[in-house]
Amino acid sequence: MQVDLSSNFFDLFGLPVQFAIDESNLVARFQELQRQLHPDRFASRPAAERRWSMQAASYVNEGYQTLKNDLKRAIYLLKLNDVSVDEETDTHMSPMFLMEQMEYRESLEAAESAADPLEKLDAVRKQLKAGIREQTQTFGQAAGSDNWGEARTTVRQWQFLDKLAREVKSLEERLDV
Amino acid sequence: MGLLKLEKTMAYSDKVLDHYENPRNVGVLDKDDPNVGTGMVGAPACGDVMRLQIKVNDEGIIEDAKFKTYGCGSAIASSSLVTEMVKGKTLEEVGEIRNKHIADELALPPVKIHCSVLAEDAIAAAIADIKAKREKQSDSEALAS
Repeated sequence: MQVDLSSNFFDLFGLPVQFAIDESNLVARFQELQRQLHPDRFASRPAAERRWSMQAASYVNEGYQTLKNDLKRAIYLLKLNDVSVDEETDTHMSPMFLMEQMEYRESLEAAESAADPLEKLDAVRKQLKAGIREQTQTFGQAAGSDNWGEARTTVRQWQFLDKLAREVKSLEERLDV
Repeated sequence: MGLLKLEKTMAYSDKVLDHYENPRNVGVLDKDDPNVGTGMVGAPACGDVMRLQIKVNDEGIIEDAKFKTYGCGSAIASSSLVTEMVKGKTLEEVGEIRNKHIADELALPPVKIHCSVLAEDAIAAAIADIKAKREKQSDSEALAS
């Protein structure tokens, strides 16, 4: 397998350009590429080749990190289809969705000062998990049918839940000592 | 709070810290009140959610403003500052507020500029909401007469 630094991450790993991914395939190809690009194999090569191998290794790494994470893969797929998430500049979201987010945040606050904080957090975490699963599915369907408008909206909402899920996790770690 | 301590190392300005530690006008106004405009916005990049509300009298002057923001110190400071800026002003004047005014006032670093964008968009959404409410009201009054 030849490493082409101008190919997109899917092509780099020999995977179809789609949201659904064969994880064992991804891991196997990642390991194969890592072997090919191992510094030991380039130790006696000219400086230009060594530099190239380092660049290629970091590109392969970035690709692996992007593809193995559902949300990152979704955002990347949008980008390949010239759809920008505008995550910093477009602040308009469905009011309903934002209300829900406020409520999530409020229940997090309440959980922190509750008598049984970890139990309360657990409930929030389960709710979030279900929400993220739903968005993962919605995104897969939307992207699969080239409905990029819906795919974009889904990713934008998914980012909120992902952030919340990470906050719940760090809150749990803080409380669980 | 742990988060703030962490972010303090990113050199927050004193003004941001002041608004973060003593946020002005936190709270909620009745969103069903015909004189209240509500703006809700969110930034997927950081998962911040901001609700900004204004209470407008018959002369079109903002009498009161409240906010509730879940987000980083800069987002909280931006919304807190905006509630202070809008009080006593007309809707037209407030419509002129740009994120640059907020970012300059708080000396936000470039990576936090989007927090001030959030505040600008929130106030714009609140203005749009009250205007839509009032148009609806005058429409139904016109129908009734």
